[in-house]
Amino acid sequence: MKSLKFLVPLGIFLVLVVFLAVGLNLNPREVPSPLIGKPAPAFTLTRLDAPAQTIKRDELLGKVWILNVWASWCAPCREEHPVLVELARRKLVPIYGLNYKDTRPAGMGFLTQLGNPYEASLFDGDGRVGIDYGVYGVPETFVIDKQGMIRHKHVGPLTPEVVRTKIEPLLKELNA
Amino acid sequence: MPELLSRWMLALLLALPLAAGAKEAAPASDDPVLEARVMRIAAELRCLVCQNQTIADSHADLAQDLRQQVREMLQKGQSDAQIIDYMTQRYGDFVLYRPPVKSTTALLWYGPALLMLGGLGVLAVVLRRRSKLPDDQFEPDQPE
Repeated sequence: MKSLKFLVPLGIFLVLVVFLAVGLNLNPREVPSPLIGKPAPAFTLTRLDAPAQTIKRDELLGKVWILNVWASWCAPCREEHPVLVELARRKLVPIYGLNYKDTRPAGMGFLTQLGNPYEASLFDGDGRVGIDYGVYGVPETFVIDKQGMIRHKHVGPLTPEVVRTKIEPLLKELNA
Repeated sequence: MPELLSRWMLALLLALPLAAGAKEAAPASDDPVLEARVMRIAAELRCLVCQNQTIADSHADLAQDLRQQVREMLQKGQSDAQIIDYMTQRYGDFVLYRPPVKSTTALLWYGPALLMLGGLGVLAVVLRRRSKLPDDQFEPDQPE
């Protein structure tokens, strides 16, 4: 027993290594959303392209849909845009945009330039609806089910891999 | 050329505080009591964009929006607790600089105390064991 005492520091070291390895692999920017499994917050917003027309959350009940928070000033949104365009082209799910803290001309310009994957974009100029959805880093993407519950949230640009491994399986499950 | 450059630099430097001041003064209200309450609550909330700052300290757009939100809620007569609830419903316990005590945060709250108790325990055992050793177990002090 006593002869093994020299192993104690090694043991402590190994425990430290495990803690550090786990700690370094956590992503501190990924804030777990308390909204998962909760009803999507209600909103009544005007369309980006038609200031006179409003869309309410409740009008979207009964179908699975994606809410993608974007802005023309947001560089990673440009990066993810082709992924959204591709997803929209495959018609798996209606994508609604939340044009967050933007101006209408800038937002419209962005869509003209890069293509419009959205069924409609909701204009959230003062970012109030963004706050209700706990948005802290654009782009963010929510998957909302037929009952209006938030089922998934992705922070940061969507990649083809995220769509393939996370979004598509979830859509299949929700539409089943 | 260098002279022109330095003149530009000087102009920029002089303009800088103006710009900063203008941006900061804009959203605050005139009521110092209200502002003090806003800042007190804001100091309890973490800025989501720049995570090691409170929304009172941060200049990020989101922090300004959240301060504005706090201000408006106070003006509507809502209590501190209601505002904190509003924020945690949206951003989770993560926004609180003082996380609530519950099962998932027990280690966070009591971990340090446990570690200290453990350390004291080990120290006590070692000291007791040593005090029982006869004197000849210790090396005498050796002057260099």
